[in-house]
Amino acid sequence: MSSLKKSKLSASAVRDYFSFPLVTAAFFIITFMSSHDMLNKRMQGLLVPVCCYIVMALSLNLTVGIMGELSLGHAGFMSLGAFTGVVVSQSLIDSVPNDILRLVIAIVAGALIAAVGGFLIGLPVLRLRGDYLAIVTLAFGEIIMDIVNCLIVGHDKNGLHIIFNFKGEKTVADLNLAENGTAIIKGAQGAVGTKTIATFTAGFLIIMLTLFLVLSFIRSRTGRAVLAIRDNRIAAESMGVNVMKYKMIAFVLSTTLAGMAGALYGLNFNMISADKFNFNTSILVLVFVVLGGLGNMLGSIIAATVLYILPEALRGLADYRMLMYAIVLILVMLATNNPKVRNLFVKILPKRKSKEGAQ
Amino acid sequence: MKKLVKVIALVLCFAMIAAFAACGGNKTDDQTTTAPANPGTAEAAFKIGLIGPLTGGAAIYGNAAKYGAQIAVDEINAKGGIQFEYKAEDDEHDPEKSVNAYNTLCDWGMQVLVGPITTKPAVAVSAEAAEDRVFCLTPSASSTDVINGKDNMFQVCFTDPNQGTASADYIADNFAGKSVAVIYKNDDAYSQGIRDTFVAEAGAKGITVAYEGTFTDATATDFSVQVTAAKAANAEVVFLPMYYEPASIILKQAKDIDYAPVFFGVDGMDGILGMEGFDTTLAEGVMLLTPFSADDPKAADFVAAYQAAYGEIPNQFAADGYDAVYIIYEALQKAGCTADMSAADICEKLVAAMPTLSVNGLTGDGMTWDASGAVSKAPMAVVIKDGAYVTP
Amino acid sequence: MEFLSYLISGLSLGSVYAIIALGYTMVYGIAKMLNFAHGDVIMVGGYVSYIAMARAGLPGWLSVIIAMAVCTLLGVVIEGLAYRPLRSATSLAVLITAIGVSYFLQNAALLIWGANFKTYPSLISGTLKLSLGEDRQLSIPYVAMLTVVVCILIMVGLTLFTSKTKMGKAMRACSEDKGAAQLMGINVNKTISVTFAIGSALAAVAGVLLCSSFPTLKPTTGSMPGIKAFTAAVFGGIGSIPGAFLGGLLLGIIESFAKAYISTQLANTIVFAVLIVVLLVRPAGLLGKYVPEKV
Repeated sequence: MSSLKKSKLSASAVRDYFSFPLVTAAFFIITFMSSHDMLNKRMQGLLVPVCCYIVMALSLNLTVGIMGELSLGHAGFMSLGAFTGVVVSQSLIDSVPNDILRLVIAIVAGALIAAVGGFLIGLPVLRLRGDYLAIVTLAFGEIIMDIVNCLIVGHDKNGLHIIFNFKGEKTVADLNLAENGTAIIKGAQGAVGTKTIATFTAGFLIIMLTLFLVLSFIRSRTGRAVLAIRDNRIAAESMGVNVMKYKMIAFVLSTTLAGMAGALYGLNFNMISADKFNFNTSILVLVFVVLGGLGNMLGSIIAATVLYILPEALRGLADYRMLMYAIVLILVMLATNNPKVRNLFVKILPKRKSKEGAQ
Repeated sequence: MKKLVKVIALVLCFAMIAAFAACGGNKTDDQTTTAPANPGTAEAAFKIGLIGPLTGGAAIYGNAAKYGAQIAVDEINAKGGIQFEYKAEDDEHDPEKSVNAYNTLCDWGMQVLVGPITTKPAVAVSAEAAEDRVFCLTPSASSTDVINGKDNMFQVCFTDPNQGTASADYIADNFAGKSVAVIYKNDDAYSQGIRDTFVAEAGAKGITVAYEGTFTDATATDFSVQVTAAKAANAEVVFLPMYYEPASIILKQAKDIDYAPVFFGVDGMDGILGMEGFDTTLAEGVMLLTPFSADDPKAADFVAAYQAAYGEIPNQFAADGYDAVYIIYEALQKAGCTADMSAADICEKLVAAMPTLSVNGLTGDGMTWDASGAVSKAPMAVVIKDGAYVTP
Repeated sequence: MEFLSYLISGLSLGSVYAIIALGYTMVYGIAKMLNFAHGDVIMVGGYVSYIAMARAGLPGWLSVIIAMAVCTLLGVVIEGLAYRPLRSATSLAVLITAIGVSYFLQNAALLIWGANFKTYPSLISGTLKLSLGEDRQLSIPYVAMLTVVVCILIMVGLTLFTSKTKMGKAMRACSEDKGAAQLMGINVNKTISVTFAIGSALAAVAGVLLCSSFPTLKPTTGSMPGIKAFTAAVFGGIGSIPGAFLGGLLLGIIESFAKAYISTQLANTIVFAVLIVVLLVRPAGLLGKYVPEKV
């Protein structure tokens, strides 16, 4: 941080770095509650997915908030990470019996594949702008989903067997697995029988790593270049900033983090299938980002947590649950973005705070 | 602006804490009910949970099963004797949400699970339930992945391989020498599971598969290309391992091009005649393997009760849900379970009791189970004539 | 010979995409927002006309008019309640609100009309059969022809409307520069409301034609065709009325041919791959105007 801009940076910097103690405190409180049997089963089940979605929101915030480009296919990179993670973990189950080590290897592998995917997809995508870029990311998200849907992967003593089910006539039998081989991904039937090794601690560490990477990226030389491109591309270009290069760095970092989140997600469920990572999941994460505030990392963390828990907390409403979720979403968007409502909010907020605090 | 962001962050912070507190707060209440449920009272009720898609694209299946199970619960509770307390949770046909729904039900104190209704969620939840020792009976999740390796997971419906094999055998016996086309849904575990065993068995029986077409959620609007291609391949039998909604479009589009092969469906096809506004002449001559028929005299009471309560003709999912509750009822009686037992104890007793059980239900007479969890009942091949099922 | 059949399949699917895309592109062109709830307004149009036709027994044309009236009202209400308060907000905020509206409509439909699938009574049924000799024949569903005709009519109508009428000119002015338009005495809010009214009326027509061609109806009926139509609108150049028409038709034809000749599994992938290639060559779509940025 340059001392010249200190006063200007401090407001957002304080907020950003406040995330670390907040997340850490939340982690220790929840771990404490969980070890003292104060969390019910539902909450415990939500912990790892919440971590995944927080990382997804942070990584998408890098693309949307910092780079300033709308991505509608971010779930695709999560999918790459998830399936890579599952394949790696399941095939190493004998050679690396230690769950923690295997989880780390799987997450690294998921991140790497998502990074490669991000680079390849970034090549065409980052040449475009605005809504055209958005639609192409949507297209790639759907393409990844279709392709994963056609994958049949198995593992036996001879190593990995992968078939691409192009015409729809191949099955697990075509893998010709040796005895004791296992099918890991069975096309549309998804990856089944995954040994779930994801833990809340791993989720917490990944959030911290993501926060660290994203926040130091924003404040690095590269990050400042990306911000300059976002604010005024032409000015940045004329100052000699290589737009494609810097955008690519930001985009690949973003997809890498999404891959990590995906790997953790994939290893938290006994079964995942390609259609989970569809347009709707991309949109869900985008909602977290926009609601939390573009470029506001702490906001993303909070929005992802609240909005992920909201539909679960609304289960008491039975049939009206998703309807209420939609209404809350619209109202929150109106409340945070409409000048009139916003002023109203600011006025009545002290009251609200005391009310909330009293509960 | 900065101020505003802070303000919003604060509000959200409070909301987050409130959400955690709200969810966490249930813990103590639930705890008391999980362990001995209503101890001592004479009318102690078993807590039965159901998980299925109640909203979203697959809502029809979850809701049908939920309603069917509700009718069974009401009937059983009216009888006296074993009482049920029943609660259904939504999973939106998403494995992740399904696990959440399962955990919610566990917190509620669920002792036996009916469900999950659809295959992918069922696979995800069954792994959790196997670890927690909660007995599960799924009405309609038919993949073998659902029951494989889990001793506490049982099915009311046929497994996918079973249906695929039975369909291929039936076609080999009744349409020998005719060429077959298959249209299936490639991003659906149920559809692909049946197709895989069908094609394998067809190969063994010497049936030629002249054309295979697929579709996904994204291309489930129009099937005219697949239908035209099946016609061009001169397929005389078209096998449709899918649910009835896409099948109804396929039937219409085949008629549009004057293509009239024998359409052969599986249990997912049941319900096509009950679709509001469906022109039943389109389904004339369609064959399907189904365990349930709403026209069956033994189902008359159930159909009447269902129509009175929900204004629709029940489909196979409703019947499966209804049967599932009755199977659990029979099993609980046979195993001698009482409502104050823990879920794990009930699970062990039911797992032991299931293979000794034989139940007459709407979806089959003399249903029995082996230890793997698969049901054994005879599939019934029917053909649609004048808008009703007829045994050929 | 199948080639012609596949082409007809493609045209009939494409014309449905085109008619949805026209509504999308119209709203985008003027309000500069991606209205993700458009697909769900289509679904509402489908249900309303279904109720009118199948339950109330009204004739088809009257049902269409009722559906248009209801959807117009719905569009204006949505715009007034959910989008207008966000006029000064970022386009992303509006996008997320539109997604909220989309969830709302789907779940409201689920509660009102139930999850059961309905079979839509086709507006006009039957097919035109052309004999091509040697027991070969070509079938063209009448509803496909109707869709193409309606599509062309709407396209011409919209083009005339935006270029000739006062309201249309106001719309174009708003599309170019809202601030300047306001200074010239144009009521921007009213203009955008009218745009939504027209877009939603078109959605009702699209709903009726979509369900007539592919006759099932459920609360999520509109979402997938909505996304495809959005793709089609971008393909043709979003904001361009002839572009939406062309984009829709091409998308339908590519999808059909991909299913017929390459792989039914990957039809969607191929459609999207073509879209990506087109956008790389022509970054503003087929008929979109590429506006270079001013320094």
